[in-house]
Amino acid sequence: MKHINTVETRNLCESAKVGGCGECQTSCQSACKTSCGIANQKCNGQKKEEK
Amino acid sequence: MIHQYKCGGQNIVLDVNSGAVHTVDDVAYDLIAGYETEDREALIDSVYAAHRDEPDVTRGEVAACYDEIGELKAAGKLFTPDPFRPIAGALKAKSAGVVKALCLHVAHTCNLNCEYCFASQGKFHGERALMSFETGKAALDFLVAHSGTRCNLEVDFFGGEPLMNFSVVKALVAYARSIEQAAGKNFRFTLTTNGMLIDDDVIDFANRECVNVVLSLDGRKEVHDRFRVDGAGRGSFERIVPKFQRLVEKRGGKNYYMRGTFTHFNPDFLKDIETMLDLGFNELSMEPVVCAPGDPYALTDEDLPVVMEQYEKLAELMIRRRREGRPFTFYHYMIDLKGGPCIYKRISGCGSGTEYMAVTPWGDLYPCHQFVGEEKYRLGDVWQGVTNTAAQSEFAACNVYAHKECESCWARLYCSGGCAANAYHATGSVTGVYETGCKLFRKRMECAIMAEIVRLQEEA
Repeated sequence: MKHINTVETRNLCESAKVGGCGECQTSCQSACKTSCGIANQKCNGQKKEEK
Repeated sequence: MIHQYKCGGQNIVLDVNSGAVHTVDDVAYDLIAGYETEDREALIDSVYAAHRDEPDVTRGEVAACYDEIGELKAAGKLFTPDPFRPIAGALKAKSAGVVKALCLHVAHTCNLNCEYCFASQGKFHGERALMSFETGKAALDFLVAHSGTRCNLEVDFFGGEPLMNFSVVKALVAYARSIEQAAGKNFRFTLTTNGMLIDDDVIDFANRECVNVVLSLDGRKEVHDRFRVDGAGRGSFERIVPKFQRLVEKRGGKNYYMRGTFTHFNPDFLKDIETMLDLGFNELSMEPVVCAPGDPYALTDEDLPVVMEQYEKLAELMIRRRREGRPFTFYHYMIDLKGGPCIYKRISGCGSGTEYMAVTPWGDLYPCHQFVGEEKYRLGDVWQGVTNTAAQSEFAACNVYAHKECESCWARLYCSGGCAANAYHATGSVTGVYETGCKLFRKRMECAIMAEIVRLQEEA
């Protein structure tokens, strides 16, 4: 009997090894200009992790 | 640290430091709640006692579930300790000295007179002014010169109303396009407009050059026209909606956002979202008003339960319309669990004052558009660069761990410590926190993650 389903997510610890390229969009430029939306941004580095 | 909550019929458990997300049954939900604090056998007994009348629940099954939790913990997907705090400064320092985004205030003037405008009707508490081409060109040169190895450079045309200086906007884009290839850069332009001056020329330009346009519309006509009025006090709804519809119709799938503001007078903002949908718009953003607590339109503590319920109903509406083949996007619910930002971004925040700055019509640099006019935060200008290094160092040190309130918050790696301007205006310090904003953010994240889980389940 399966009690727990783990959703596929980006592992933040792994992202420390390849992230930080800075090419992603500045959050405040993307829509609201008044409240932070870091979580709504999309990742270069992800491709490196998948390799 | 974990966070567990129930929303939209789901039991959801978030592992804060690894970013892992789990959906669990009621037995696992209760076991996880006591896993770190209670004795194994006592916890299994109490959870079994609570669920023994449910189908397929035996004590052995509860014990097996307990062990499953232990395996996830060992795998670094539950109760993961925080490895980032000691290296937070180093993570943010990776982008030190690099500027990659500018908010160009091409017009400190506006053709609307919105009472709730944080920019004081576009003047930012100063004189009316338009940016000259020469100043804008110097800003773009400053950006290229300080962008290091960054390829993607972002420039938002902002105001006031930027289309009141449209000839300069067009000239600046043409200049940027003329230098970007040789500089090895990719300019990404965005435009934030109230819509009053949109015509076919603007539409062709925006749809050709801007990766995103932000269109100000508050929803229902009576809601929109309460605040968004011209100098004679006449509402703008009837004049701008057809222009927005024409722009979006010709946009050909490129990004846009209808950007509304809700206030104390419409905490039931879902009706405004539905109005936008009825008007044919389906990329939406609806934000709480930014203002002083004593303003008549400021959200009150009594409004918050209404707003929280609206966020839940909004998630339900998104799910329902997607199932019906009529999807729409809500900016704060666009969460990509697999392809979201790396830990560097989550620690560093929006980059205001370091990699993101605002430029006034006179070429002055400020940490972001919401700090313009705060003289102590004037960083320098586009000709001399950053000269107020003391002010900039406040922002360089402003990572998620600089906010002591964030230490106990499960959402810290989703919000990255929140908006420095909101914190400053609420507490007088960029390392404070805007509590009301935090409450709203946490609710939005809970709803966003739930909606994304449901989407993934249904598309699996």
